[in-house]
Amino acid sequence: MSLIDSVSLPRSFRLPRVDGLIQWIVPLAIIAIWQVASVTGFVPTRVLPAPSDVVLAGWKLLLSGELVRNIWVSFWRASIGFLIGGGIGFAFGLANGLSQLSAKLTDTTLQMVRNVPHLALIPLVILWFGIDESAKLFLVALGVFFPIYLNTLHGIRTVDPQLIEMGRIYGMTDSELFRRVIFPGALPSIFVGIRFALGIMWLTLIVAETIAASSGLGYMAMQAREFMLIDVVVLSILIYALLGKLADSASRVLERLTLSWHPAFQKR
Amino acid sequence: MQTALRTTLPETELASRANFVPQARVVREERQEERQAQTTGLPLSIRGLRKSFVDNEVLRGIDLHIPAGQFVAIVGKSGCGKSTLLRLIAGLEKFEAGSISFGQDVQPEDIRVMFQEPRLLPWARVLANVEVGLGRDRSSGDAHARAEKALTEVGLADKRDQWPSVLSGGQKQRVALGRALVSRPRVLAFDEPLGALDALTRISMQRLLERVWRDQGFTAILVTHDVSEAVALADRVLVIDEGRIAHDVTVNAARPRERGSAELASLEGSILSHLLSAEDRT
Repeated sequence: MSLIDSVSLPRSFRLPRVDGLIQWIVPLAIIAIWQVASVTGFVPTRVLPAPSDVVLAGWKLLLSGELVRNIWVSFWRASIGFLIGGGIGFAFGLANGLSQLSAKLTDTTLQMVRNVPHLALIPLVILWFGIDESAKLFLVALGVFFPIYLNTLHGIRTVDPQLIEMGRIYGMTDSELFRRVIFPGALPSIFVGIRFALGIMWLTLIVAETIAASSGLGYMAMQAREFMLIDVVVLSILIYALLGKLADSASRVLERLTLSWHPAFQKR
Repeated sequence: MQTALRTTLPETELASRANFVPQARVVREERQEERQAQTTGLPLSIRGLRKSFVDNEVLRGIDLHIPAGQFVAIVGKSGCGKSTLLRLIAGLEKFEAGSISFGQDVQPEDIRVMFQEPRLLPWARVLANVEVGLGRDRSSGDAHARAEKALTEVGLADKRDQWPSVLSGGQKQRVALGRALVSRPRVLAFDEPLGALDALTRISMQRLLERVWRDQGFTAILVTHDVSEAVALADRVLVIDEGRIAHDVTVNAARPRERGSAELASLEGSILSHLLSAEDRT
């Protein structure tokens, strides 16, 4: 939760219907100012095309089917990479949080690898995989792995030991203890990891697609640059922003569903 | 340790537990019958019990017999080993020498502990938290009904679908009591369960503890730093000093006890003077 969310306004200031719209005021205002600046010639269209031109470019690409195809390719890469990297990170987080032996065996290695910026591996990855799908998936998975691993591990290690003792006294088996106490206790921290990972997921994908790809949003932007189609370049950047927002909202919905017990998610 | 002693309980016990009727109104009569049918509390014998942490000997030979169904309070200055004794009785820690026996084979569900902190699962509703107390019977068909009955006993039936985070400190502790009671324990160990509550809530909780103890007849062992609480609730007050039982005081006052009566006050005064003289020596 951001700081602004946690500082609640007095009840009289909150109009429930407007509440959901408030967050869109600033983005809409920026677009309006941008449109005016472009139309009046304050910003030359060679530098930044008017929003209306961007929408038009988007419409054309939509009609040709190119836009949907590229968005789909990027979305597919992001999700598969996220599932692979996140899954492995979650598994290592669980193993190292629950077993001392596993932590001793692998944690040091993982912490060393973590300190290598994963985008620095791009030249190596291109040599290994070419500009194939696997190159992008590998990079996304690698980037997503660490935030999920670290936060899962942290979440499990910080579960209240008094609750674990309570579970043992009341005769919970290991699997029951995990299901009823350890996993729910680690969940808030795991969600923090997921939201970090989503940010890294898009970042990695953009970089990977602009450098080495033959399809996808990043590739579309790079192609447009070659032909000086600045409206398409801006369009792809905006779509990235929207997809990022969408992923974040999805994780928030999940958070609300699974953490409804948490005081921070209860209706004030 | 004690797990070796705990094997199976007679089938009849399990059968009678399964026959509970969920309605709160019939609970009381049924309980009377049940009390006559079986003695609920377990006696407890401790012989030469010793326990040390690293090089600090906390308990230096405790000999103690508690008859079935007695309410015993253990008082002492902090660090005297009273909580350690309770944790040993509850089987939460291992000891070096001596023995603890309950006179017969017991199951884990027969001995329950209530801590100073409620230790409720924040992600489980109140009713589910009480169900945790059923131990191995958690998945049985009547789990809901039994948990609901325990919640009714502690007066929180209307909070069954709430999250623990919305309850007050006293309510949380009552849920914890319900969770401890739901398996019909025969020994209930309290580790300063009212220590964190405000004065009024504490008095109403003391009444609740006394009531459920009288209704259910379990053997109660209460560790507390509050001497007035000890004399108000217990049949017998043990003063522990330097790892040994320094005084064993019987409280004969009739129940229900009147708080602040002269009899209890003078008893409280004499126990306090024991404690303070122990304090002066160190």
